[in-house]
Amino acid sequence: MSALLELDGAVARLGAATVLDGVSLSVAAGELVALCGPNGAGKSSAIRAALGLTSLQAGMAKLAGEDVRRLSERERGARAAYLPQERHIAWNLPAIEVAALGAPFLAGDAVLQRARAALDEVGAGHLAQRGVAEMSGGERARVLLARALVVQAPLLLADEPIAGLDPDAQLLVLECLRARADAGGGVLVSLHDLTLAARIADRVVVLDAGRVVADAAPVEALSPGVLRSAFHLDGVWIEAPDGPLLAARRLT
Amino acid sequence: MKRHLSLSLGLAAAILLALVGAVLFGETVLSAAQYGQALADPASGPGEVLWQVRAPRAVCALMVGAALGLAGAVLQGLLRNPLADPGVLGVSATAALGAAGAIVLGAAAIPGLVEGAALIGAALAGLLLVAIAARVRAPEALILFGVALSSFAGALTALIFNLSPSPIASAEVMNWLLGSVQNRSWIDVAWVAPALVVAAVFAARSSPGLRMLTLGEEAARASGLSMGRMRVLALIASAVAAGAAVAVAGVIGFVGLAAPHLVRAAVRGDPGRLLLPSALTGGLMLVLADLAARLTPTDQELKLGVLTALVGAPLFALIAWRAAREWRL
Repeated sequence: MSALLELDGAVARLGAATVLDGVSLSVAAGELVALCGPNGAGKSSAIRAALGLTSLQAGMAKLAGEDVRRLSERERGARAAYLPQERHIAWNLPAIEVAALGAPFLAGDAVLQRARAALDEVGAGHLAQRGVAEMSGGERARVLLARALVVQAPLLLADEPIAGLDPDAQLLVLECLRARADAGGGVLVSLHDLTLAARIADRVVVLDAGRVVADAAPVEALSPGVLRSAFHLDGVWIEAPDGPLLAARRLT
Repeated sequence: MKRHLSLSLGLAAAILLALVGAVLFGETVLSAAQYGQALADPASGPGEVLWQVRAPRAVCALMVGAALGLAGAVLQGLLRNPLADPGVLGVSATAALGAAGAIVLGAAAIPGLVEGAALIGAALAGLLLVAIAARVRAPEALILFGVALSSFAGALTALIFNLSPSPIASAEVMNWLLGSVQNRSWIDVAWVAPALVVAAVFAARSSPGLRMLTLGEEAARASGLSMGRMRVLALIASAVAAGAAVAVAGVIGFVGLAAPHLVRAAVRGDPGRLLLPSALTGGLMLVLADLAARLTPTDQELKLGVLTALVGAPLFALIAWRAAREWRL
């Protein structure tokens, strides 16, 4: 499998703080990788570094094998779609127009068709003409996911896409991401819900204080030792009918 | 036909009607025979009134209003802020400072110097903003810088008043700062028209970026568009448009703020499609405001800047009240 994304020894600083301290990770085609870690671990910074939005003091970020710094903005946009954590939409555009922003170089009916298909894919086809100001947070999150799907890039990076959503919307968003990976795309998604991460991901990368502390199959990566050191949790995995379930309590 | 195109055509038709009204009506009442004479012989007395006094003034108001409407739409899209206008970023204040300095130094006697000084002021503000925007990406930081620039330019203009040795020059500056298109000629139209065209071209080139900024800074930067270039194009467009408007007509507030709001719902919020209707709305607003200023029976003709603020501010408050739900997104 070829790597669609590689971070190799990435070091990034934000003022005096080191937010990435030699992070190495990769995402291959057909793979969904969950990026987990406590708040401030460097998950968003790793995603932003991969996109070239955060400059690195050392190390390298590559998209489809090429140094992200050498890619033009358009090449970057074509290789990776980005779903940021921020869900603020400045103006009350209809959902279909927001989704169409995923393909800024495509014009006319082609982009609208693609936008309509993406809205259908996330179960928001009926919202196509509704202004985003008249939507719930969950509906807006779906529209923004549709926008990221419209890009049709081989790689999708989603930064906490299910934060603040109800359980049904969380599962819908994750199913869409899983379907993307199953269709041959690469997905890197940062998640706080470790049970959902374990159920949806092929691999989990755990970050703590800007460093990768685990990179393996989900339950293996989120071992009791890692849960203890990175998340301050005393936890065990239980095998439930729908997949692994984390039973955990705070370490006191 | 698409909604925004129908809107622009409707606005263009309304502007045409307003221009006809602005040429036909004025302080000097003409008879039907005199109108006929003006049409048949533009060099006649009535012809002079219509074609050398009223027509250039109305076209000037149209151009200035369009420039302000365009600058407001560009800045609101760029900063994702419905309260942005050319005044917020300090472009108007810096242009006004340039003009005030030129008037006090006695440059008003030489045609084009005051306008040139205003344009230089706007260009300097634009250059500063472009330099800041290249280093600072957060729109809030750019707004704060603009507020500081506006305050500083305002303070320097006040200092010019304070230290001016000539009360006549001070009165002239004050008169100019209040904003008006009174006594503007075709030469003034020739000043503002090319600047408006340049600003419109730059604004049109920046419109995909303005649309993408709807999603926020991060998403826009990863979208594949060259956002740095788009930002510079948008800033140049707004600086040129606002600078030209101030250079020709002085400081006219509110139009740049209100014009985009009046048509935003009709284009369903799209900052790219907003540019043309906002420019047309600004132009229409100012032609009508100038006509109202001319027809209002007062000893001293009402200043355009005063009238737009008096009528516009309450209207703007009403629009802001109704639109508040959208802004809370």
